[in-house]
Amino acid sequence: MFGLANPDRFLRFTRLLTPVLWTVAAVLLAVATWLAFAAPEDYQQGDTVRIMFVHVPAATLGLGAYAALGVSSFFALVFRHALADAAARAAALPGAAFTFLALVTGSLWGKPMWGAWWAWGDARLMSVLILFLFYLGYMALRASIDDEQKAARAAAVLGLVGLINLPIVKFSVDWWNTLHQPASLLRAGGPSLTSEFLTPLLTMMAAWGALFLALWLTAIRTEIVRRRVLAIRARRALEA
Amino acid sequence: MIDLDMGKYAAFVWPAWAITALVLGGLAGRALIAARRWSAELKRLEPGEGDRP
Repeated sequence: MFGLANPDRFLRFTRLLTPVLWTVAAVLLAVATWLAFAAPEDYQQGDTVRIMFVHVPAATLGLGAYAALGVSSFFALVFRHALADAAARAAALPGAAFTFLALVTGSLWGKPMWGAWWAWGDARLMSVLILFLFYLGYMALRASIDDEQKAARAAAVLGLVGLINLPIVKFSVDWWNTLHQPASLLRAGGPSLTSEFLTPLLTMMAAWGALFLALWLTAIRTEIVRRRVLAIRARRALEA
Repeated sequence: MIDLDMGKYAAFVWPAWAITALVLGGLAGRALIAARRWSAELKRLEPGEGDRP
Protein backbone atom coordinates (compact mmCIF):
# COMPACT_ATOMS: atom_id res chain seq x y z
CA MET A 1 0.00 0.00 0.00
CA PHE A 2 2.72 2.45 1.02
CA GLY A 3 4.62 1.46 -2.14
CA LEU A 4 1.98 3.38 -4.07
CA ALA A 5 3.24 6.56 -2.41
CA ASN A 6 5.95 6.49 -5.09
CA PRO A 7 4.50 8.60 -7.96
CA ASP A 8 5.92 6.35 -10.72
CA ARG A 9 4.53 3.22 -9.09
CA PHE A 10 1.21 5.02 -8.53
CA LEU A 11 1.04 6.00 -12.23
CA ARG A 12 1.79 2.43 -13.32
CA PHE A 13 -0.75 0.92 -10.88
CA THR A 14 -3.57 3.29 -11.81
CA ARG A 15 -2.92 3.32 -15.58
CA LEU A 16 -5.34 0.43 -16.20
CA LEU A 17 -7.44 0.85 -13.05
CA THR A 18 -8.60 4.38 -13.93
CA PRO A 19 -10.31 3.58 -17.28
CA VAL A 20 -11.87 0.50 -15.67
CA LEU A 21 -13.36 2.72 -12.95
CA TRP A 22 -14.72 5.19 -15.55
CA THR A 23 -16.38 2.29 -17.39
CA VAL A 24 -17.83 0.76 -14.21
CA ALA A 25 -19.16 4.18 -13.15
CA ALA A 26 -20.83 4.81 -16.54
CA VAL A 27 -22.49 1.37 -16.62
CA LEU A 28 -23.66 1.55 -12.99
CA LEU A 29 -25.01 5.09 -13.48
CA ALA A 30 -27.08 3.94 -16.47
CA VAL A 31 -28.42 0.88 -14.62
CA ALA A 32 -29.14 2.84 -11.42
CA THR A 33 -30.98 5.59 -13.34
CA TRP A 34 -33.19 2.98 -15.01
CA LEU A 35 -33.87 1.31 -11.62
CA ALA A 36 -34.64 4.71 -10.03
CA PHE A 37 -37.41 5.42 -12.55
CA ALA A 38 -38.66 1.83 -12.51
CA ALA A 39 -39.22 2.00 -8.74
CA PRO A 40 -42.80 2.62 -7.60
CA GLU A 41 -44.01 5.91 -6.13
CA ASP A 42 -43.70 6.13 -2.37
CA TYR A 43 -47.09 5.98 -0.62
CA GLN A 44 -46.28 9.14 1.39
CA GLN A 45 -43.78 11.09 -0.71
CA GLY A 46 -45.09 10.21 -4.17
CA ASP A 47 -42.63 10.77 -7.03
CA THR A 48 -40.38 13.03 -4.92
CA VAL A 49 -38.84 9.83 -3.58
CA ARG A 50 -36.86 9.74 -6.85
CA ILE A 51 -34.88 12.76 -5.61
CA MET A 52 -33.53 10.44 -2.88
CA PHE A 53 -31.61 8.46 -5.52
CA VAL A 54 -29.41 11.49 -6.29
CA HIS A 55 -29.58 13.30 -2.94
CA VAL A 56 -28.36 10.47 -0.69
CA PRO A 57 -25.35 9.47 -2.86
CA ALA A 58 -24.40 13.16 -3.23
CA ALA A 59 -24.46 13.70 0.53
CA THR A 60 -22.66 10.42 1.30
CA LEU A 61 -19.90 11.03 -1.25
CA GLY A 62 -19.63 14.68 -0.18
CA LEU A 63 -18.74 13.38 3.30
CA GLY A 64 -16.58 10.55 1.93
CA ALA A 65 -14.56 12.90 -0.29
CA TYR A 66 -13.88 15.15 2.68
CA ALA A 67 -12.69 12.15 4.70
CA ALA A 68 -10.29 11.39 1.81
CA LEU A 69 -9.17 15.04 1.77
CA GLY A 70 -8.67 15.12 5.54
CA VAL A 71 -6.76 11.83 5.80
CA SER A 72 -4.57 12.79 2.82
CA SER A 73 -3.92 16.17 4.48
CA PHE A 74 -2.78 14.34 7.63
CA PHE A 75 -0.27 12.27 5.64
CA ALA A 76 0.86 15.37 3.75
CA LEU A 77 1.49 17.26 6.99
CA VAL A 78 3.10 14.42 8.97
CA PHE A 79 5.14 12.72 6.23
CA ARG A 80 5.40 15.75 3.90
CA HIS A 81 4.65 13.46 1.01
CA ALA A 82 3.86 15.15 -2.30
CA LEU A 83 1.49 12.39 -3.42
CA ALA A 84 -0.61 12.78 -0.24
CA ASP A 85 -0.87 16.50 -0.95
CA ALA A 86 -1.89 15.76 -4.55
CA ALA A 87 -4.54 13.33 -3.25
CA ALA A 88 -5.95 15.95 -0.86
CA ARG A 89 -6.07 18.58 -3.60
CA ALA A 90 -7.67 16.15 -6.06
CA ALA A 91 -10.52 15.29 -3.65
CA ALA A 92 -11.55 18.93 -3.11
CA LEU A 93 -13.40 19.75 -6.34
CA PRO A 94 -15.46 16.53 -6.64
CA GLY A 95 -16.24 16.73 -2.92
CA ALA A 96 -17.39 20.34 -3.20
CA ALA A 97 -19.53 19.49 -6.24
CA PHE A 98 -21.15 16.51 -4.48
CA THR A 99 -21.89 18.61 -1.39
CA PHE A 100 -23.34 21.37 -3.57
CA LEU A 101 -25.60 18.76 -5.21
CA ALA A 102 -26.65 17.43 -1.79
CA LEU A 103 -27.70 20.97 -0.78
CA VAL A 104 -29.54 21.75 -4.02
CA THR A 105 -31.34 18.41 -4.37
CA GLY A 106 -32.15 18.48 -0.65
CA SER A 107 -33.73 21.88 -1.10
CA LEU A 108 -35.74 20.62 -4.10
CA TRP A 109 -36.90 17.67 -1.99
CA GLY A 110 -37.59 19.79 1.09
CA LYS A 111 -39.95 22.27 -0.55
CA PRO A 112 -42.73 19.79 -1.46
CA MET A 113 -42.22 17.67 1.69
CA TRP A 114 -41.52 20.27 4.42
CA GLY A 115 -42.98 23.33 2.72
CA ALA A 116 -39.61 25.13 2.90
CA TRP A 117 -36.56 25.38 0.62
CA TRP A 118 -34.24 25.90 3.59
CA ALA A 119 -34.27 26.10 7.40
CA TRP A 120 -31.50 28.18 8.96
CA GLY A 121 -31.88 26.63 12.41
CA ASP A 122 -31.69 23.04 11.19
CA ALA A 123 -28.58 21.19 12.43
CA ARG A 124 -28.23 18.81 9.45
CA LEU A 125 -28.69 21.53 6.83
CA MET A 126 -26.30 23.91 8.56
CA SER A 127 -23.58 21.29 9.17
CA VAL A 128 -23.69 20.31 5.47
CA LEU A 129 -23.51 23.99 4.49
CA ILE A 130 -20.43 24.31 6.76
CA LEU A 131 -18.93 21.25 5.03
CA PHE A 132 -19.43 23.01 1.68
CA LEU A 133 -17.78 26.16 3.07
CA PHE A 134 -14.80 24.08 4.26
CA TYR A 135 -14.38 22.81 0.69
CA LEU A 136 -14.59 26.35 -0.71
CA GLY A 137 -12.16 27.61 1.93
CA TYR A 138 -9.71 24.82 1.16
CA MET A 139 -9.72 25.59 -2.58
CA ALA A 140 -9.60 29.37 -2.04
CA LEU A 141 -6.67 29.05 0.37
CA ARG A 142 -4.68 26.95 -2.09
CA ALA A 143 -5.42 29.41 -4.88
CA SER A 144 -4.52 32.47 -2.82
CA ILE A 145 -0.90 31.51 -1.95
CA ASP A 146 1.63 31.57 -4.81
CA ASP A 147 4.21 29.34 -3.10
CA GLU A 148 2.78 25.85 -3.68
CA GLN A 149 4.50 24.30 -0.65
CA LYS A 150 3.21 26.98 1.71
CA ALA A 151 -0.23 26.71 0.14
CA ALA A 152 -0.19 22.94 0.59
CA ARG A 153 0.74 23.19 4.29
CA ALA A 154 -1.85 25.87 5.08
CA ALA A 155 -4.57 23.99 3.18
CA ALA A 156 -3.63 20.71 4.92
CA VAL A 157 -4.15 22.33 8.34
CA LEU A 158 -7.56 23.62 7.22
CA GLY A 159 -8.37 20.20 5.76
CA LEU A 160 -7.59 18.54 9.09
CA VAL A 161 -9.66 21.03 11.09
CA GLY A 162 -12.65 20.35 8.84
CA LEU A 163 -12.60 16.67 9.81
CA ILE A 164 -14.23 17.71 13.10
CA ASN A 165 -17.38 18.56 11.14
CA LEU A 166 -17.87 15.05 9.68
CA PRO A 167 -19.29 13.35 12.82
CA ILE A 168 -21.37 16.48 13.43
CA VAL A 169 -22.96 16.09 9.97
CA LYS A 170 -23.52 12.35 10.47
CA PHE A 171 -25.01 12.52 13.98
CA SER A 172 -26.76 15.90 13.74
CA VAL A 173 -30.09 14.14 13.15
CA ASP A 174 -29.62 12.17 16.40
CA TRP A 175 -28.18 14.94 18.59
CA TRP A 176 -30.60 17.75 17.73
CA ASN A 177 -34.19 18.21 16.63
CA THR A 178 -34.21 18.69 12.87
CA LEU A 179 -36.61 18.70 9.94
CA HIS A 180 -34.33 16.16 8.27
CA GLN A 181 -35.35 12.55 8.61
CA PRO A 182 -33.15 10.21 10.72
CA ALA A 183 -30.60 7.87 9.09
CA SER A 184 -32.31 5.25 6.92
CA LEU A 185 -29.25 3.31 5.68
CA LEU A 186 -26.49 3.23 8.31
CA ARG A 187 -28.52 2.69 11.47
CA ALA A 188 -28.94 0.11 14.21
CA GLY A 189 -31.30 -2.63 13.02
CA GLY A 190 -30.37 -2.24 9.34
CA PRO A 191 -31.79 -0.06 6.56
CA SER A 192 -35.38 1.10 6.97
CA LEU A 193 -36.01 1.10 3.20
CA THR A 194 -37.83 -1.71 1.42
CA SER A 195 -35.96 -3.56 -1.33
CA GLU A 196 -37.79 -1.73 -4.16
CA PHE A 197 -36.11 1.51 -3.01
CA LEU A 198 -33.00 0.02 -1.43
CA THR A 199 -31.79 -1.75 -4.61
CA PRO A 200 -31.76 1.37 -6.84
CA LEU A 201 -30.31 3.46 -4.02
CA LEU A 202 -27.43 1.06 -3.32
CA THR A 203 -26.76 0.70 -7.07
CA MET A 204 -26.66 4.49 -7.41
CA MET A 205 -24.34 4.78 -4.41
CA ALA A 206 -21.99 2.20 -5.95
CA ALA A 207 -22.08 4.22 -9.21
CA TRP A 208 -21.21 7.47 -7.42
CA GLY A 209 -18.49 5.67 -5.46
CA ALA A 210 -16.90 4.39 -8.69
CA LEU A 211 -17.29 7.85 -10.25
CA PHE A 212 -15.58 9.53 -7.31
CA LEU A 213 -12.69 7.05 -7.44
CA ALA A 214 -12.36 7.60 -11.22
CA LEU A 215 -12.39 11.40 -10.79
CA TRP A 216 -10.00 11.25 -7.83
CA LEU A 217 -7.43 8.95 -9.45
CA THR A 218 -7.58 10.91 -12.73
CA ALA A 219 -7.02 14.18 -10.87
CA ILE A 220 -4.11 12.74 -8.82
CA ARG A 221 -2.48 11.42 -12.00
CA THR A 222 -3.00 14.82 -13.67
CA GLU A 223 -1.49 16.59 -10.66
CA ILE A 224 1.63 14.37 -10.81
CA VAL A 225 2.03 15.15 -14.53
CA ARG A 226 1.36 18.89 -13.95
CA ARG A 227 4.12 19.04 -11.32
CA ARG A 228 6.55 17.28 -13.68
CA VAL A 229 5.74 19.82 -16.39
CA LEU A 230 6.29 22.72 -13.98
CA ALA A 231 9.59 21.18 -12.79
CA ILE A 232 10.83 20.78 -16.39
CA ARG A 233 9.84 24.37 -17.22
CA ALA A 234 11.62 25.65 -14.09
CA ARG A 235 14.77 23.61 -14.89
CA ARG A 236 14.87 24.89 -18.48
CA ALA A 237 14.34 28.47 -17.32
CA LEU A 238 17.37 28.12 -15.02
CA GLU A 239 19.47 26.57 -17.81
CA ALA A 240 18.53 29.28 -20.31
CA MET B 1 -41.34 -0.50 -16.82
CA ILE B 2 -40.03 2.96 -16.16
CA ASP B 3 -42.29 5.80 -15.06
CA LEU B 4 -41.39 9.26 -16.38
CA ASP B 5 -44.62 10.98 -15.35
CA MET B 6 -43.69 12.83 -12.17
CA GLY B 7 -47.17 14.40 -11.89
CA LYS B 8 -47.43 17.43 -9.61
CA TYR B 9 -43.83 16.91 -8.41
CA ALA B 10 -42.24 17.26 -11.89
CA ALA B 11 -41.05 20.80 -11.07
CA PHE B 12 -38.94 19.36 -8.23
CA VAL B 13 -37.83 15.94 -9.50
CA TRP B 14 -36.60 16.93 -12.99
CA PRO B 15 -34.52 19.94 -11.90
CA ALA B 16 -32.85 17.76 -9.22
CA TRP B 17 -31.88 15.15 -11.82
CA ALA B 18 -30.96 17.75 -14.46
CA ILE B 19 -28.58 19.70 -12.24
CA THR B 20 -27.04 16.42 -11.05
CA ALA B 21 -26.44 15.32 -14.65
CA LEU B 22 -24.96 18.73 -15.52
CA VAL B 23 -22.59 18.82 -12.55
CA LEU B 24 -21.44 15.19 -12.90
CA GLY B 25 -20.95 15.65 -16.66
CA GLY B 26 -19.00 18.85 -16.04
CA LEU B 27 -16.77 17.18 -13.44
CA ALA B 28 -16.01 14.25 -15.75
CA GLY B 29 -15.37 16.48 -18.78
CA ARG B 30 -13.10 18.84 -16.84
CA ALA B 31 -11.07 15.97 -15.33
CA LEU B 32 -10.55 14.22 -18.67
CA ILE B 33 -9.71 17.42 -20.59
CA ALA B 34 -7.16 18.48 -17.93
CA ALA B 35 -5.61 15.00 -17.99
CA ARG B 36 -5.18 15.10 -21.77
CA ARG B 37 -3.87 18.66 -21.78
CA TRP B 38 -1.12 18.11 -19.16
CA SER B 39 -0.15 14.75 -20.63
CA ALA B 40 0.24 16.33 -24.08
CA GLU B 41 2.34 19.13 -22.57
CA LEU B 42 4.64 16.62 -20.83
CA LYS B 43 5.07 14.67 -24.07
CA ARG B 44 5.84 17.90 -25.92
CA LEU B 45 8.52 18.89 -23.39
CA GLU B 46 10.06 15.45 -23.00
CA PRO B 47 9.00 12.98 -25.72
CA GLY B 48 8.93 9.42 -24.36
CA GLU B 49 8.68 10.65 -20.74
CA GLY B 50 4.94 11.19 -20.64
CA ASP B 51 2.59 8.91 -18.81
CA ARG B 52 -0.89 9.56 -20.06
CA PRO B 53 -3.09 10.16 -17.00
